[in-house]
Amino acid sequence: MYRRSRWLVAGVLALTLGMTGCTGGDDGAATPGAGGLPGPGGGGGYPRNETLYTSGTQWGPPNSWNPIIPGYAMGTVGLAYETLFLFDPQKTELTPWLAEKGEWADKTYTLTLREGITWSDGKPLTADDVKYTAELGKIKAVPYSNLWTWLSAVDVVDPRTVRFTFSDPRIQEWENWLYENAIVPKHIWESRSEADITTTANEKPVGTGPYEYLTHDQDRMVWKKKADWWATKALNLDVKPTYIVDIVNSSNEVALGLLLQGNMDLSNNFLPGIANLVKGNFNIKTYYPDAPYMLSANTAMLIPNTTKAPLNDVAFRRALASSIDTKKIVEGVYGNIVRAANPTGLLPVWDQFVDQSVVTQHGFGFDTGKAKKTLADAGYRDTNGDGFVEGKNGKAVKLSLIVPAGWTDWMEAARVITAGAQAAGINVVAEFPDAGALDDARTAGTFDLVINNWAGLSNTPWHYYNYVFQLPIQEQQFNANFARYESKPAWELVQKLARTPQDDPVFKTTMAELEQIHLSELPMIPLWYNGLWAQYNTAHWTNWPSSAGDAPKDLPTTWNNLWEMGSIKMLTQLKPVA
Amino acid sequence: MRRYFGRKLAIYALTFVVAVTLNWIIPRFMPGDPVLRMLTRTSVSNPEAIAPMRSYYENVFGLDVPLWKQYLNYWVELFQGNLGVSVWLFPAPVADVILRAVPYTLALLLPSILLSWWAGNKVGALAARRRWLDNTALPVSYALTATPYMWLGILLAWSLGIVAGIFPVAGGYSFELRPDWSWVFFGSLVQHWFLPFLSLFLVAFGGWAIGMRNLIIYELEADYANYLAALGAPRRLIRRYAFRNALLPQITGLALQLGVLVAGALVTEIVFAYPGLGHLILQAIQNQDFFLLQGAFLFIVIGVLGANFVIDIVYVLVDPRTRTGMQGAT
Repeated sequence: MYRRSRWLVAGVLALTLGMTGCTGGDDGAATPGAGGLPGPGGGGGYPRNETLYTSGTQWGPPNSWNPIIPGYAMGTVGLAYETLFLFDPQKTELTPWLAEKGEWADKTYTLTLREGITWSDGKPLTADDVKYTAELGKIKAVPYSNLWTWLSAVDVVDPRTVRFTFSDPRIQEWENWLYENAIVPKHIWESRSEADITTTANEKPVGTGPYEYLTHDQDRMVWKKKADWWATKALNLDVKPTYIVDIVNSSNEVALGLLLQGNMDLSNNFLPGIANLVKGNFNIKTYYPDAPYMLSANTAMLIPNTTKAPLNDVAFRRALASSIDTKKIVEGVYGNIVRAANPTGLLPVWDQFVDQSVVTQHGFGFDTGKAKKTLADAGYRDTNGDGFVEGKNGKAVKLSLIVPAGWTDWMEAARVITAGAQAAGINVVAEFPDAGALDDARTAGTFDLVINNWAGLSNTPWHYYNYVFQLPIQEQQFNANFARYESKPAWELVQKLARTPQDDPVFKTTMAELEQIHLSELPMIPLWYNGLWAQYNTAHWTNWPSSAGDAPKDLPTTWNNLWEMGSIKMLTQLKPVA
Repeated sequence: MRRYFGRKLAIYALTFVVAVTLNWIIPRFMPGDPVLRMLTRTSVSNPEAIAPMRSYYENVFGLDVPLWKQYLNYWVELFQGNLGVSVWLFPAPVADVILRAVPYTLALLLPSILLSWWAGNKVGALAARRRWLDNTALPVSYALTATPYMWLGILLAWSLGIVAGIFPVAGGYSFELRPDWSWVFFGSLVQHWFLPFLSLFLVAFGGWAIGMRNLIIYELEADYANYLAALGAPRRLIRRYAFRNALLPQITGLALQLGVLVAGALVTEIVFAYPGLGHLILQAIQNQDFFLLQGAFLFIVIGVLGANFVIDIVYVLVDPRTRTGMQGAT
């Protein structure tokens, strides 16, 4: 019997290997330029000194190149499709990209396109494409459909000029739209039905950007440099890597392994303990050579559910805020790769708008004694002697703080927060539900305390306050005001902010008013700034963005929707080693 | 014979229906709502846009009809080969996503199951009659079979991948290559395949070796073995009889172990970032992707049932008693 089984085993083995090879081959053959044809460097490979290996953006197989619906493959917007403007986080202003300029005149905005831009199929980019892209927002399933609640018309003046007429000119929101949304070619998209536009995978993306789709597989996305990109002539910018291979992660550990082996050049993964590797001799660098190592990308906030007692009491929230040892989170949990947040929670790029007098007067800091005193003054006492205060109705207070299971850094941070709160006499316990259950609780408002960081880097602090104060409160809160805190005056100020240009002095005073409401009411408690995780291996590419004097200052990331914040320029600055 | 297979097929059909039904029910009991996750991801900023987008996606995923109808639709679509649209990888069809991953999973599973079974039995049988081998192979096998797949995988990736640098630690083939019919590409496939295969192989191997060793010792002490020995039959002949008898429980064991091995493969794939079903299933669970989860489990159910059926046939072929029993019954 076992003699026969040996042949069986050998046969099956040969068969399976053949099958895998076969499938791989088929995939390649279906892709123009790959597969059967020998690629440059022979054997279908990418020359190492022309190829940039990246990771940290894609967590699943690339499956969509549709710039209209989120979830597209890394680089779909940024490398293939481009936006009208870029946002420069250094200068905190928009810089023209596909557009040459844009000007406000009362309720109209006139946009002029740059000359000589073509799609990758050779057709020119025209004002019709811009009008078409904006009008896609009339489809309800397009994420920017709310644009049409305050935009009334888009007119093509000439092939390079578009005029937008607004019913309600929300300047800040409009600037946000201008740099966040990619322009799509009308001549290709107009043949698609409404349902197609939001469900197509758009397998052969035709864009204006510096790269073209080359191939993809379950675990990678490969872009190839286009022969002529408009910015080479117009702005003297030239992207250096011929190929960009973005690796799909299954875990941060795998990314760390690849980075250490030198098989990855840029990892935008959260790699705990990276500080030790930067100090060691591993060719690994980060933006800052010392703490905090990373730029700040967003603010992690502790969000109390303000519809539940005692979290609906500002004194209780204030006591909770002063019970948290943020320094311990920054140093102990993160090993100094993040920074403690300013009490206002505004990212460091908005420092110019932070009103120090408001912070001194209403800010909070770690002080267990003060937290205890605040509780006592507000009438919270430990009546049953269990070490924790009871509610004003005499009932025991037991709050749960939820963070997603598996987010190890946040889980540790949650433990620090609960330890601090318990020391001050507030009974908070950390719980780690599945990410889906947590989303449900946060959206439906059934949680007590939750950590969230969706107040990210953007062109305007309006975004941040919209996140904190957005009204009206819905049954389900998808992306803002999870605390369900209702303040009409604050919301009016946020709307005023949306309509005010940033260089107007009113912008600064409105910001100060919002800061004051935020800090005196504490509907959300800012804790620390999460990093723009980026670690580079300098073995094959150098001249990475860094804080060093003459180094490039672009954002070192491949995360989707940060290409529009100038990461694309990082590619033009890189230098191959060999 | 016909009645035997008829009965077996009926049982398999019933198992299939129950498994597919459970497959449909269980994801729907998970906390969370797939459409909600979808909306969260698209970060709808306009409160008024939420309701229309919600109904739009519910329609796309077929979640806007009563549950019983969803269940019926599920069966109808299943027979049309339509597994639905993935929520997590929207707008990719589930069948496409799974078909791209299945070859990798099969390439890991089939060789590791069959080779470990074959090698394990062989080494186990040898160990039963060679003391030095028994003293070395047995403790090693015990250690191996008690090792969690994931832990062994991490150990191998760290030692042979990162420290020694011999093997890659991620991907299905080198990130520098594009698929083509060349030895370079094939070599790269094998190189990436080897470590995940090895970790699956080693754990299963330990189990089979121990089982076989114990069975052989048991068989060698059985009455028929003693009788043969008393008759003066050569030791070699007795061992062959013992091996054949000991093989039968091992075949049954193979059928029972299949599920465990599949689960092990899924974990191993995650450790090595191997582009098979494992990572898909993990992400599908985390993203409430009912449809992808159903599709992946459907593949596993069909695979395990199919393999069991093959083992049933093999059993008839290798054990004359089954055949005699069936002839007596008909």
